[in-house]
Amino acid sequence: MPLTDYEIVIGLEVHAELKTESKAFCGCSTKFGGRPNSHVCPVCLGLPGVLPVLNRKALEYAILAGLALNCRIAERSRFDRKQYFYPDLPKAYQISQLDFPICSNGSIDIPADEELGGGTRRVGITRVHLEEEAGKLVHSGSGILDSEYSLADYNRGGIPLIEIVSEPDIRSPLEARRYLEQLKLLLQYTGVSDCKMEEGSLRCDANISLRRKGESKLGVRCEIKNMNSFKAVEAALQQEAERQAELLDSGEPVISQTRAWDEATGTTVFMRTKETSSDYRYFPDPDLAPIVVTADMVEEIRRRLPEMPDEKRRRYVNEFQIPEYDASLICGSKPLADYFDSVVAVYEGSPKTVANWVMGELLRLVNQEKIEVESVRITPRQFAALLRLVDEGVISGSIAKTVFEEMFATGEDPDKIVARKGLKQISDADELASVIDRVLAANSQAVESIKSGNQKAVGFLVGQVMKETHGKANPQIVNKLLKERLGL
Amino acid sequence: MELTPDDVKRVAELARIELTEDETRAFVKDLNDILRYVNRLQQVDTEGVEPAYHVVPLENVMREDCVTPSLPVDEALDGTTGRSGDYFKVPRILDVD
Amino acid sequence: MDVIDRPLYELARLLESGEVSAEELAVEFLSRIDKVDGIVGAFVTVDREGTLSGARMADKARRAGEAPSHLAGIPIAVKDNMCTRGIETTCSSKMLRGFVPPYDAHVVERVKAAGMLVIGKTNLDEFAMGSSTENSALRVTRNPWNLQRVPGGSSGGSAAAVAASEAPAALGSDTGGSVRVPASYCGIVGMKPTYGLVSRYGVVAYASSLDQVGPLAANVRDCAIMLRVIAGHDPRDSMSIDAEIPDYEAQLGRDIAGKVIGLPKEYFAEGIEPGVRDAVLEAAKQLSKLGVEVEEVSLPTVEYALAAYYIIASSEASSNLARFDGVRYGHRAEGAVDSVSMFMKTRAEGFGPEVKRRIMMGTYSLSAGYYDAYYKKASQVRSTLKSDFDRVFERCDALLTPTAPTTAFPIGERIDDPMSMYMSDVCTVTANLAGIPGISLPCGWQDGLPIGMQLLGKRFSEATLLQLAYAYEQAAGYPSRKAPVTKDRGCCSCH
Repeated sequence: MPLTDYEIVIGLEVHAELKTESKAFCGCSTKFGGRPNSHVCPVCLGLPGVLPVLNRKALEYAILAGLALNCRIAERSRFDRKQYFYPDLPKAYQISQLDFPICSNGSIDIPADEELGGGTRRVGITRVHLEEEAGKLVHSGSGILDSEYSLADYNRGGIPLIEIVSEPDIRSPLEARRYLEQLKLLLQYTGVSDCKMEEGSLRCDANISLRRKGESKLGVRCEIKNMNSFKAVEAALQQEAERQAELLDSGEPVISQTRAWDEATGTTVFMRTKETSSDYRYFPDPDLAPIVVTADMVEEIRRRLPEMPDEKRRRYVNEFQIPEYDASLICGSKPLADYFDSVVAVYEGSPKTVANWVMGELLRLVNQEKIEVESVRITPRQFAALLRLVDEGVISGSIAKTVFEEMFATGEDPDKIVARKGLKQISDADELASVIDRVLAANSQAVESIKSGNQKAVGFLVGQVMKETHGKANPQIVNKLLKERLGL
Repeated sequence: MELTPDDVKRVAELARIELTEDETRAFVKDLNDILRYVNRLQQVDTEGVEPAYHVVPLENVMREDCVTPSLPVDEALDGTTGRSGDYFKVPRILDVD
Repeated sequence: MDVIDRPLYELARLLESGEVSAEELAVEFLSRIDKVDGIVGAFVTVDREGTLSGARMADKARRAGEAPSHLAGIPIAVKDNMCTRGIETTCSSKMLRGFVPPYDAHVVERVKAAGMLVIGKTNLDEFAMGSSTENSALRVTRNPWNLQRVPGGSSGGSAAAVAASEAPAALGSDTGGSVRVPASYCGIVGMKPTYGLVSRYGVVAYASSLDQVGPLAANVRDCAIMLRVIAGHDPRDSMSIDAEIPDYEAQLGRDIAGKVIGLPKEYFAEGIEPGVRDAVLEAAKQLSKLGVEVEEVSLPTVEYALAAYYIIASSEASSNLARFDGVRYGHRAEGAVDSVSMFMKTRAEGFGPEVKRRIMMGTYSLSAGYYDAYYKKASQVRSTLKSDFDRVFERCDALLTPTAPTTAFPIGERIDDPMSMYMSDVCTVTANLAGIPGISLPCGWQDGLPIGMQLLGKRFSEATLLQLAYAYEQAAGYPSRKAPVTKDRGCCSCH
């Protein structure tokens, strides 16, 4: 049976590190990098006698995230200890939330897989809860299982995390990727997490099962781990779906198990069965007081939610008359949207103009140089200044592109570049007259062609004037003067 | 509900304590004695009673998001016999998290 | 009277008046420790140098008029489950032998802030689990009143140190009676404050929702003084209460006439030794003479308290002791080929049998399928017990009970029978479960051994309990008395 006769059922579990200054339960810095074990204290090291104290901001960020994901914020919530032994877990328990998570019953809308009919897929969010990170293990060998020893660095231990669990509403590996992209976008907008899988501030585990189309009972699911990018998630799920389909086709059962994605071979490999699942012996943490969140507190935090992507997109389309496609693209990246907003804020002209430049020249150079929008050297003030130079006719549109490239490379002010390189547009008729004379003289064939009715050659002549003046001539004025000279 | 030696072994494994055969035998007896005593709790009618997981009626105890000094690396590593450079060294990890 | 036998409040007066210097005090107490601790075995660590230099500094500060408090320079003993920066903190366990914490417990910070000195760390049942101090992996502590008997536990070292005049006061921790029972067996005063009054930060956790630090002293006034030193809000303990701490000492001596004291009948049932029961009932009579109304009350859930306690305490303990895996501090087994076997051997080697027993019990109670029947059920019974207390405290200002069912039992008598050992705590666990304060003070003698009575009050009623205890102590005549401790046997030339 081809894969398309099966319905793929996917649920995703995402862990996102929260961007607080200090850890979830102690005051150690959360700064990335740094000498191993230099951001630790008795509390996050789990020394005898220490106690946790909750970071207020971690709670607020978790609530912000929940609101961005349309969740219900729990009026009463508490912390539970999840107990297991592992060298990266100093207390041999992780402070987490089991029975009373801070957020629940939310959803994200994503574009559904076109091959499944397209439209919108609403993916339910079962819960968002707060917990703490474990430390990091460095293995002496190439992987954990072939290392003679491992080294523990607890700098990361204790950093606050939110765990976001989706309902099994995702129906294809592509949708899984879209879910992650939308989730990342929403979380980036709230500012609570960077969501960078490559840096480890976002992690994803997936659960996937298959069932015959039309069946309501869920198939046996397998857990997939160790995917380091959204692309890997999509590829791993595709692989796994095919593996399960093959098994089911040949009448074999799918065995509940955990598999790891192996980037090198592009396959999933068996890790362990799910029969012997861990007994975490959860119980309420006696060292932490319960959390009570009133409706007023929720509203106060909700007011801190910035304009979210959908809202922003609608505003760009309706207020700025920016095309839907462009608006989506700009809103699809918080740094880009922020950048765009800051330019519009200091530019009196049309936001549509800004949008054109952002979509055009800016993105072109950003992609070419493979840098992040946050690293762009051109300040919003400089950007606006450049646009003003074009508006005022000081430079032409095409010259402006050259100036922009220079600004991008050096961060220099546009007017300084224009002055230094003598790029001012030539609009003076007398100045242009002599150039036009030369061009007409050198292009008698074109002149003849125009005189016999070929209007197109005017453009050619304009081009020649532009070439002569190294692009500095004002093309509208050149066009007008040429036509006058030619008696058109 | 009587514990068997296998039950005790399973619990010891969960608690990461290696037991000798003698210890296992002794614990089977001791734990069953204790369980026999604590099972009297089942006689108490606790229908509708909220468990008292905390004895103080405190809520929302939190601290501000401020960075405070960490331990110097040497102090952090001072207590272990398994120091390796700036790290805590542990022998081969067989179970994958 | 030798300076070492004097009450702490008198030592403060002598220091303030200049009649004695802190250095002299330090020398006297250290020499007393040298003389008797080989027999009593109260101390795990004695900080000779630190105490002497600290005493000198206190004298200097006092001369300059800069003493941090009137208590500056007085040495006290601290139970070895409370972290002391730079000083080994063992919890009387092989697991933490050699462990030197990089920080002080909050209560130790407070003691030091008052200018007091930590003369040494005292012996305990390993990780505070026990009622006799016999579970210590490091040494035996003997009852100064009879060296063949236990000092009680788990703060046996602290109690013995005070009773043998090795320190004028000490800090202990009380999870199910571990301050009160040793105080009772050693004939001194010991108090468990309301849960949350004293910070637990830096106290190696046994059972998080039950643990509290409490003072042990030779008389009620000293106990009141020490309680004020250690009590108060600590932002590092999320369950620490932010409330004004009364001047307990200043409030002693207030008239107690008209107060109502309840005698819960469940504490006087079978299982309490007749001599103990009679002494406590006699104390009740004394209190009536002082104008107190005494009446019988009932706390039906008390019958189930010990069972609930063991499940809750061992469950929380199993979790709190899981961090001892050999990776970051403490004992680490040698020669393990992989980390799991390193954990298993480390914990097998580092923990004693009672600790293992409680970890196993706790692990079982929390494990899948058993949580509801054990931990949750016990927590519900805990709730019911709290309601029982709330109900009687509507009418009563305090409750009077024996501290323990018996006087100090012989060393070795109960060590092989865990359940009989657990029974020592039957009168004391209720206060920890309910989070209420309790104080134990001497109320009689039996065959040369002290009998202790316990007063329980509602949350934050320490001032009332201390007033009642003080009034009884002053009227009934069991004032500050220390055991001489001879080489052959402890003797008491009392009653």
